[in-house]
Amino acid sequence: MVVKVYGTVRSACVQRVLACLLEKEVDFDVVHVDLEAGEQKRPEFLVLQPFGQVPAIEDGYLKLYESRAIIKYYAAKYADHGPNLLGSSLEERALVDQWLEVEAHNFNDLVYTLVLQLVILPRMGKPGDLALAHSCEQKLETVLDVYEQRLSKSSYLAGETFSLADLSHLPGIRYLMNEAKMGNLVTERKNVNAWWEDISNRPAWKKLMQLAGH
Amino acid sequence: MAIKVHGVPVSTCTAGVLLCLHEKGLHYELLPVDLAAGAHKQDPYLSLNPFGQIPAVEDGEFSLFESRAINRYLARKHKDIGTDLLRANSLPESALVETWMEVEAHQFHGPATAILHEIIVNPMYGIASNEQTIETEMEKLGKVLDVYEERLSKYKYLAGENYTLADLQHIPNLVYFMKTTKAEAITCRPHVRAWWDDISSRPATLKVSANMKLI
Repeated sequence: MVVKVYGTVRSACVQRVLACLLEKEVDFDVVHVDLEAGEQKRPEFLVLQPFGQVPAIEDGYLKLYESRAIIKYYAAKYADHGPNLLGSSLEERALVDQWLEVEAHNFNDLVYTLVLQLVILPRMGKPGDLALAHSCEQKLETVLDVYEQRLSKSSYLAGETFSLADLSHLPGIRYLMNEAKMGNLVTERKNVNAWWEDISNRPAWKKLMQLAGH
Repeated sequence: MAIKVHGVPVSTCTAGVLLCLHEKGLHYELLPVDLAAGAHKQDPYLSLNPFGQIPAVEDGEFSLFESRAINRYLARKHKDIGTDLLRANSLPESALVETWMEVEAHQFHGPATAILHEIIVNPMYGIASNEQTIETEMEKLGKVLDVYEERLSKYKYLAGENYTLADLQHIPNLVYFMKTTKAEAITCRPHVRAWWDDISSRPATLKVSANMKLI
C-alpha cells in the first residue's frame, strides 16, 4: 500500500515527511495541493487537515497530519527497517524528542520568519520586514552557537547516530542556505558545517532534492 | 530517587511537567530557578539547558530539557503506572496523541501565549496591552477552537476516548486564560467547555494549578 502525501515537494514541512519515508524506503505518492490557488483552505482538503495546512497523509484507513507527528509514526512503524531514527534506548529516544522540540521551537520559527520576510513576501511583490529579518538572524546566530557546542560533543544532535532530530532540520537549513542566502550561518561554524555536510549528503536527502528539482 | 525539576510553579512550561508527574504519581523535588536574577541564563543552569530556558529535569544521572520532550520521556518510562498518557501500546492511538500534541504546539500555543502576554504579562511590567494584537490573536485562536469544537463533538478527548498528553499540554495556558475576560472563547463552545470542565477538575490539575498564581 502506497502512502499518499498531500502537499508539494517544495514545501519544507512536506519535505520533512518525504525525507523520513525515503530513509525508511516506504513507497509514497505525492498528491499535489495547489497552495498558490488556496486549495489547502477548501472544504475538500479541510476534511484531511482541518487547519488548512500541508502535509497530510493517508495510509489505508489512517489519516494523519503535522509533519513531526507523521515522521515519528513512520520511524516507529518501520523501526526494524532501514536506519533507526528514534535512538536505541529510553534516554536516546528522549534526546531525539528534545532536539526535535528545539528544532520546532528554537530554530524553525526563526528560519520561517527569515524566509518569509526575505524570500516569500518579495516574491509576492510585497515588502519584507528587514528589521525583523535581521533580528531573527541575530537570534539564529545565538541558537546555532548552542548547536556548535552540542556538535563538538556528539556527531549528531541526539547522540552518535543520525535521527529524526537531525532529519527535521534538513528542509529549513536548505532554505536558509539557498533562497535566504544565509549559508554563512552554517559554514562559519566548524561542527555545524560538518554536521550539515554529513546529513545533506545522505542518499535519501539527495534523492528528495532530485524529486524536488532543487 | 526523586526526579529533580528545575523551574518555577507559576511558569506554564514547568506546570506542564508537574502535571505529568502528578498524573503518574511520581515523586519529585521542585528546585526554584531565580529568574529575576537571571539564573536561567548563567552557569550552572546552562549546563542543564544551554538555551537558558526553564524547565529542565534530572532523573538520576540523566538530564533533559524542553517540557514536551520531558513529558514524553516520563510517560514512556513509566507507561505502566498512573494515567496512560501516550497510549504507547497502540501505534495508531499514539500517532493521534502525537498529532494533537503538535496541534497544541503549533496552532494553539502561539495565539494563546500572545494573548496572555498582552493581558497578563505586559501589565506586570507597566507596559500597555496592545488591543490590536489581542484582537488579531483572538481571531486566530477562535478558528483553532472551532476545529477543537468539531473534534470534541466526536471524541471525549483530543486524541480519542482517553485523556492523554495531548489534552494535558493545553492546561497550563488555559489555567491563566480562563481567568481573563477572554475566557468566553472557551465557554461559548459547548464541547470545548465540557472538555475544559473535565480536564481542569482532575486531581493532578487541581494540585498544580493551585500554585499557579500570577493573577
